[in-house]
Amino acid sequence: MSETRMCTSEYSLSYGDFKALNSITIDIPTNRITAIIGPSGCGKSTFLRSFNRMNELIPCVSTEGSVMLDGEDIFEKDVVELRKKVGMVFQRPNPFPKSIFDNVAYGPRIHGIRERTRLAAIVESSLKAAALWGEVRDNLGKSGLALSGGQQQRLCIARALAVEPEVILMDEPASALDPVATLKIEELMEQLKKDYTIVIVTHNMQQAARVSDLTAFMLTDENRAGNLIEFGPTRDIFTTPGDKRTEDYISGRFG
Amino acid sequence: MSSLRARKVAQGGAFSLIWLAAALSVGIMLLVVGYVVVRGLSHITLEFFTTPPRGGLSGEGGISSTIVATIYLVISTIVFATPLGVGAGIFLVEYADNFRSRFARRLVSAARFGVETLAGVPSIIFGLFGYALFVTAMHFGFSILSAALAGACLVIPVIIRTTEEALKSVPDSYREASLALGAGRWETIWKVVLPSSVSGISSGLILSAGRIVSETAIFYVTLGGSYRTPTSIMSSGRTMALHVYYLAMETRAFDKALATGAVLVVLIIMINLVINLISRRLSAGTGRR
Repeated sequence: MSETRMCTSEYSLSYGDFKALNSITIDIPTNRITAIIGPSGCGKSTFLRSFNRMNELIPCVSTEGSVMLDGEDIFEKDVVELRKKVGMVFQRPNPFPKSIFDNVAYGPRIHGIRERTRLAAIVESSLKAAALWGEVRDNLGKSGLALSGGQQQRLCIARALAVEPEVILMDEPASALDPVATLKIEELMEQLKKDYTIVIVTHNMQQAARVSDLTAFMLTDENRAGNLIEFGPTRDIFTTPGDKRTEDYISGRFG
Repeated sequence: MSSLRARKVAQGGAFSLIWLAAALSVGIMLLVVGYVVVRGLSHITLEFFTTPPRGGLSGEGGISSTIVATIYLVISTIVFATPLGVGAGIFLVEYADNFRSRFARRLVSAARFGVETLAGVPSIIFGLFGYALFVTAMHFGFSILSAALAGACLVIPVIIRTTEEALKSVPDSYREASLALGAGRWETIWKVVLPSSVSGISSGLILSAGRIVSETAIFYVTLGGSYRTPTSIMSSGRTMALHVYYLAMETRAFDKALATGAVLVVLIIMINLVINLISRRLSAGTGRR
């Protein structure tokens, strides 16, 4: 087991009076792909968004417990600094209506890089790392929206990589893509885990089994709050689950 | 079978009524525009555009100074109204819903209600307000400045609403993507949201310019009615619409009123065409090319 990159400890989240996440404790190891699976509405996306504090955009959210990055409490860090280190890729590809170059350069520019040559170098290396360089190298001025869905999602990954994060959160990154594009994203994740720590939420259990090293299974309790039921190496979760509910879910009995 | 026939008859009747309504409304519009243009056209010469009105009962002269006054007034009104209107629109869409305190939320809903109410207030009320505040109390007199400030009050609700619509049409996924990269709220608005909504916002501004060009009552009581070419922001003046009013009511040159009216109508049609063009580009811009 490699060292812990991020961890939560008895972490709960509420929307007003409604508790959406109930006391979740988990360790996300470095340079591994951790998959979060579970049925719709179990709070997996909400949990994922806790790692870069995206839930704060919703007004009445309150949290308990702690979330740590490299041993530091993320709620005490500057949120800009946190999001620079913890990047995110969304369910639907969401490139800006800007050129491919400007999409990737957006983050570095925000963080103060102005020189054209440096930006160009970052854009090239990010697009290469996202396995998109070969397809767009001659068209960097083209609108990001002109790309296919799968290319758009790889552009979004390149955009996230450009700010040199340590962790990449992926919220069902392939759910809006066709099988070929999905496969490309999965291969890419395999490449990226050498340099990054990846947490992926997925609906697709085969995908979790294919790409992840560890799997966390979440489920709602009787109060509709999301709980972590089981967490461990993906192989164990899928072959010898410790909990009856995990077994029922992965064998397709519900969800 | 007979019920089928009855339904067909009903359908035919409904269609004829709808066609009649459409034809009538287009016909009325053509009649008005046609009457104004045809009767006014004979007076429209190059000289009409280049000479100022000479005053007096006979309504001699052209409209040059009123064109200048109209341009001055439109520009100064937009200069005053844009920062306030666009700023308020940005606030209402991007910031207003993030307040947690009940008091702040009440203030925001009061502001929303205020904007809606202002949008429905008759323009002469803004005129009276402008007369009392800018012309009299602040001693700006009948001037472009007084008129532009009153005009700004009139169009700010329009600008706020179109700005709100334009901002709301920007998908939240853009904002999320930007924030997740570590951008602040304002950076996100400035670098992503505003560039994506600039055509919507500018069509609101052009709409407001059209409103300023066509309003009369509000400027009657704030701009005065001098037919001299305005030389500074403190000059009194007469917009084209106001000139139409003066010509019709205080001179015998009714045909010149129609001629000025014809120029106005053409101008408004052009403004609407520009707005159409921009909003078509707007919808093309958000789609995938």
